[in-house]
Amino acid sequence: MSKLTKKGSQWSRRDVLKATAATGAIAGAPMFFTRHAYGADYLNNPGDAGSVKLGFNVPQSGAYADEGADELRAFKLAVKHLNGEGDGGMMTTMQPSELKGNGILGKKVEFVTGDTQTKSDAARASAKRMIEKDGVIMVSGGSSSGVAIAVQGLCQEAGIIFMAGLTHSNDTTGKDKRANGFRHFFNGYMSGAALGPVLEKAYGKERNAYHLTADYTWGWTQEESLIASTENIGWQTQTTVKTPVGAGDFSQYITPVLNSGADTLILNHYGKDMINSLTQAVQFGLRDKQVNGNDFVIVVPLYSRLMAQGAGENVKGIFGSTNWHWSLTDAGSQAFVKSFGQEYGFPPSQAAHTCYVQTLLYADACERAGTFEPCQVGAALEGHKFDGLGNGPTEYRAEDHQCFKDVLVVKGKENPTSQFDILEVVEVTPRAQVEYAPDHPMFAGGNLGECNNGA
Amino acid sequence: MNSSAFKDTLLLVVFATAILTMPIWLKPFGAAYPDLMQRFAIYGLFAIGFNILFGLTGYLSFGHAAFLGVGSYAAVWSFKLLTMNVLPAVFFGVIVAGFFAYLIGFISLRRSGIYFSILTLAFAQMCYNLAYSVLTPITNGETGLQLTLDDPRVLDAQAAAGSIPGTTLFGIPMTGITGFYFCAVVLIIGFFISMRIFNSPFGMMLKAIKSNQNRMSYTGFNTRPYLIWAFVISGMYAGLAGSLLAVTDPLAGAERMQWTASGEVVLMTILGGAGTLVGPFLGAGLIKYFENIFSSFNEQILHEAFAALPDGLENALVGLTSLFVGEGWHLTLGLLFMVIVIFLPGGIMEGVRRIGSLFTRSGSKAKSESSTAPEAR
Repeated sequence: MSKLTKKGSQWSRRDVLKATAATGAIAGAPMFFTRHAYGADYLNNPGDAGSVKLGFNVPQSGAYADEGADELRAFKLAVKHLNGEGDGGMMTTMQPSELKGNGILGKKVEFVTGDTQTKSDAARASAKRMIEKDGVIMVSGGSSSGVAIAVQGLCQEAGIIFMAGLTHSNDTTGKDKRANGFRHFFNGYMSGAALGPVLEKAYGKERNAYHLTADYTWGWTQEESLIASTENIGWQTQTTVKTPVGAGDFSQYITPVLNSGADTLILNHYGKDMINSLTQAVQFGLRDKQVNGNDFVIVVPLYSRLMAQGAGENVKGIFGSTNWHWSLTDAGSQAFVKSFGQEYGFPPSQAAHTCYVQTLLYADACERAGTFEPCQVGAALEGHKFDGLGNGPTEYRAEDHQCFKDVLVVKGKENPTSQFDILEVVEVTPRAQVEYAPDHPMFAGGNLGECNNGA
Repeated sequence: MNSSAFKDTLLLVVFATAILTMPIWLKPFGAAYPDLMQRFAIYGLFAIGFNILFGLTGYLSFGHAAFLGVGSYAAVWSFKLLTMNVLPAVFFGVIVAGFFAYLIGFISLRRSGIYFSILTLAFAQMCYNLAYSVLTPITNGETGLQLTLDDPRVLDAQAAAGSIPGTTLFGIPMTGITGFYFCAVVLIIGFFISMRIFNSPFGMMLKAIKSNQNRMSYTGFNTRPYLIWAFVISGMYAGLAGSLLAVTDPLAGAERMQWTASGEVVLMTILGGAGTLVGPFLGAGLIKYFENIFSSFNEQILHEAFAALPDGLENALVGLTSLFVGEGWHLTLGLLFMVIVIFLPGGIMEGVRRIGSLFTRSGSKAKSESSTAPEAR
């Protein structure tokens, strides 16, 4: 090996290496210098192109795959409506609205999809592909707060807008909030605040709660919120146990509940995890037990129709909260349920609703700003007040990019009339009751930072 | 010796040229965007390092993802505490991973064969669970360790308020295409070192361990130090790859350490050709290509691809192929893996060699002899 330098006197290995590196650098240089050469004012500027691309990054595998599939349906429907196809759905009821049904700012809307696999790494890789290769101008999606926070961070660094889909952790618009990220969905604090009084009315003041919590940002903050609101009505917190996401089998976590002395089980689980843990809890006979003279009860703070459907009979009489439900009778909800049902043959879930709404809100903000430039679009969203999208009057608060609106408390129906009619709305908690200050301790420690347009 | 040395230099030059010109020749494949090319380089490096252990000594580690994760965490902490410069991050990533590899290797290498594999798997799973829940203050659990605005970063000048600074190499941003070139240069250096190890007396020892460890012991060699060093070196490669992941995207998540990630690097190495120099890199590239490109095809794209055909046939073809793209990319990869393992047990490199020998009839006898030797490439 070492003899080479002596033999090939004019070309040592080092020379070869240097020459190679130089050649490569020269060959690659045009790519590097031209990257931002076009439309230098902001990243992925569509310029004169006839179309604009949006990126929909949803879990297509893993514990939240059902929600992901429904989100994708809603995104496709939203794109259809934006492009003026179909019956227009909630575009007809949205107020105020600048949407004309000719795409966004006259450009046809196209979209690319990606699989987050419910993993931060995979989600970021997929979002990066959309931004770098497909040239999307906005990324939306979610279904896991961990993923949503990771992708929100990425969009902030890259300089495009992130319209969060289903993400319920306080941190998304709390300690991990970003200037480029916006959330329409409600959060753990709101669930706690809405559920507290309802639980007090239904189950009294003397309860001993046992928490099983999904071990990541969403579970942590929801548990914190629920503990705060239940202790506020006089309940005790017996134990809190963290469980891994996607565990599949929860029996080892449920057995200890039986003899813990607790009379209430709070399941801070979502998606397939909630279906599994709730089903197992019921199979283990928890709901037939009597503890401290109380009937044993289960609470699922974040409910979704998809999950309730998966858990079947077991959800009867169980309380929870939800962002939206298809049985609402306002004009917006009805228009959305109608066009979603016509397209796919069944009603949409809350995940589908929030994704659909986010897409329309983004498009409307672009129209109002008159540009796709992320910072101006962001400014158009900040403090924006709107109605007719299924949640009543809603406001995008400028301080933390969180939407404030009424929250629904729901309960598993005792006598369902169809396979979709599983939840009944018990109470619509008014916005004032679930609102909090931007510097509330559960949301403190974050900083929106400055908007980044990627230029 | 001289001619083999010349061949090595040639291989290195070809390899380096191919890597550095990736932005050009990957264009037709739709893969010439920085993030994917960074992944090619990083996972290529990971597989090359893994191959030093598996390809040379035959010890199959099922826990290498642990070192990848450790490297990432070390690098992100360096970004958080010290500076956004990537050199300390890479340095700490490699050192910390090497230290972990020494600890785990010291215990695991007391056994060989399947027991060694199971031990490494167990250690990696322990690391994963530690990172996932027990060590949450250090790793931030499932959410992943991220940079925040109020990190100390003691060596950096006060950055502009309101935005998290990006990773840099003395002012050159380490995201996007420049980040790729940084990874590419590191990959080429890693490849060069791996080549030197293959040809060194140390490498010869490792190959001897693979062919017959008992005989080595009977002739008076203590094989354990060699094995431990091979394990530590390949662990350091994994740590380097992990820190590069953090360099190009400053976030470290626990799922990087999961056993599926350990299995993936085994797949990469076998797919490309274990024991060959270039094979692991090719395997890594192929898997990452499938993961990122095939998974992004949806029905809309398929309909465009088959648009020229009559409607009925188009729909049938789209229906059939959609099983294998999008969420079904694992299925395609599985089929490909089966085909390669059944027909080309030596991986892609064996295919390359067979095609090569078709063109050089005269040298085919010598080639086929050398193809059974472990150093064949």
